[in-house]
Amino acid sequence: MRSLSDERSLAGEPDERNEPGERNEPGGQSRLSQAFARARADGRAVLVGYLPAGFPSVAGAVTAMRALVEAGVDVVEVGLPYSDPTMDGPVIQAASDAALRRGVTTADVLRTVEAVAATGVPALVMTYWNPVERYGAAAFARDLAAAGGAGAITPDLPPEEAGPWLAATADTGLDPVFLVAPSSTDARLARVAAVSRGFIYAASLMGVTGARERVGAQAAELARRVRAVTDTPVAVGLGVSTPEQTAEVAGFADGVIVGSALVRALLDAERAGADPEEAAVALRGVVAGLAAGVRRSGPSVPRG
Amino acid sequence: MTSAVTPTAGPTDADAVPVGPLPDSAGHFGRFGGRFVPEALFAALDQLTDAYAAARADPGFAAELGGLLATYAGRPTALTDAARLTAHVGGARILLKREDLAHTGSHKINNVLGQCLLTRRMGKTRVIAETGAGQHGVATATACALLGLECVVYMGEEDTSRQALNVARMRLLGAEVVAVASGSRTLKDAINEAMRDWVATVDTTHYCIGSVMGPHPFPMLVRDFQRIIGVETRAQVLERVGGLPDAVVACVGGGSNAMGIFHPFIGDPSVRLIGAEAGGDGLATGRHAAAIAGGAPGVLHGMRTFLLQDADGQTQVSHSISAGLDYPGIGPEHAWLHETGRATYGVVDDRAAMDALRLVARLEGILVAIESAHAFAAAFGVARDLGPDAVVVVNCSGRGDKDVDTAAKWFDLL
Repeated sequence: MRSLSDERSLAGEPDERNEPGERNEPGGQSRLSQAFARARADGRAVLVGYLPAGFPSVAGAVTAMRALVEAGVDVVEVGLPYSDPTMDGPVIQAASDAALRRGVTTADVLRTVEAVAATGVPALVMTYWNPVERYGAAAFARDLAAAGGAGAITPDLPPEEAGPWLAATADTGLDPVFLVAPSSTDARLARVAAVSRGFIYAASLMGVTGARERVGAQAAELARRVRAVTDTPVAVGLGVSTPEQTAEVAGFADGVIVGSALVRALLDAERAGADPEEAAVALRGVVAGLAAGVRRSGPSVPRG
Repeated sequence: MTSAVTPTAGPTDADAVPVGPLPDSAGHFGRFGGRFVPEALFAALDQLTDAYAAARADPGFAAELGGLLATYAGRPTALTDAARLTAHVGGARILLKREDLAHTGSHKINNVLGQCLLTRRMGKTRVIAETGAGQHGVATATACALLGLECVVYMGEEDTSRQALNVARMRLLGAEVVAVASGSRTLKDAINEAMRDWVATVDTTHYCIGSVMGPHPFPMLVRDFQRIIGVETRAQVLERVGGLPDAVVACVGGGSNAMGIFHPFIGDPSVRLIGAEAGGDGLATGRHAAAIAGGAPGVLHGMRTFLLQDADGQTQVSHSISAGLDYPGIGPEHAWLHETGRATYGVVDDRAAMDALRLVARLEGILVAIESAHAFAAAFGVARDLGPDAVVVVNCSGRGDKDVDTAAKWFDLL
């Protein structure tokens, strides 16, 4: 179950959006930057899809992430399940807890990244800081780059504490992605923008991950404020779960991040006794709607 | 019993000694502390830092807090000569700092009164807190009742059933108690849930953290509010024995009672500072709560400190008969005091703590909290080592009424 080399042979044709196994090269345009540039050229926003590694199993998660790619996700966010996920709501907590109970390890997460990167779509790790610190920042950056990873989102690592991580990623071509929130002052937006590469993750609201009835009203304003201080693309996440919401966010941001809605589909599939292939079918259906959403409303705010 | 205080070996890194007061402006105690939190909380942490700085500069704040501590919480608390215990142990003179006599039965009231007054100064109307055994939750509910603040207490589901009486106490005081069913359903998960609440409600809500832990400025803030323990102790011992004590001993979970009594003595090199971590079933069993002795540096709940974690950096569940010490981390300033060698941390297991609890009850007529019993067990060895000319202060951080049920089962009394 743990060997993903067999899985890779099942990957089928690589996505034309990127060459399989392509690495970020230091100095060149990163794979995330390329994904955002391509979407912009198409007049649409990037769709980022999150799933935790190891749920429902290591192999099952890879199957699910491949389904995301097949259905139109531009960037896969591979979650590293963590015992104390303070930024996550109940849906992602449930899947992460299950993955940990089933024994997922950091090494499994890196193997998952490798399998996803082999599809040609950028694979980005989303991880709380302690697992990286425990692994060793430099070692994690080295192994993530070797697995073909595009970078990492670190939600509880602020720029103030990020020195070792920035140093570790500097020569790897990995993009360190940092977050901003509606409560961020302009000074903090500038500080985050100065270290974030690939894109900036804008939390749409003050709260944790999970579906909401409406996108936070603060999201558009935050995206506008970020754009005022940087040319780095801004992607909006938290509470975005429906095609209508992705279309709305695509109207004011460069990227749309969806997590809980995808995890919910996997949890529902498991509860219904579906096998990984059936779960993948369900996921493809959810993603197709979201992918249509990011195409329905091109960025209405032109980039300078 | 001497084995109970075998110190945990720690490197002394003289080069890392910072210049100036701790923490630095970013909340660091050497390499420990800091702020490892979602960006959404930074504004609130800055607001709290600013509000606290303004309050410290305002004599009116000190007067209001001092008034409440004196007329409501019952400060100063007594310093008791434990004559029969001293004779029984056969070593140093043992003095007890009686935080068990403070309102609500422990030192926790010192911190919550300070933080709830700050809450009011910030114009916030709602207070949230985490609690393990319920002592901090009860103290927070008490201060909120006194000051007319809404109060929500997060408590692990496991703990709400183990400590049902404290749940009722908090509800009597008007607080809402939320049983947390996520993760391991214990204190660490209650903290996670409180942080999730805080991110979403930070405009109106203050998170009243109960120990010297969490992101900056909490470790500094809680230490400063608990410092009154050590300030009083220092003056009381000087008056009673005409000199400084030779050792000060306290139990350490997150470490607020220990930090409070240690801090005014840090500049007195002759005073040994000794912390007792909870050894649970014994260090060797892996079922313990000794973050320094059995953990490694890492990041949890917004701070870098020693914590119990596995090879992948996942937090490990702690074990102790004392719910108040049952936490996988420790305050970052303790990590710093350990690393610099200024304080020494030993391990006391469940059995040694319970034996000490019964001994103190029978010899001194004081039923101490199981948390505090860890400090007593450590102090016996220290008192013997130092001999009859020495003076040892034990921080009796809380009373044991809440633990009668546990003790009755342990000693088969019913």
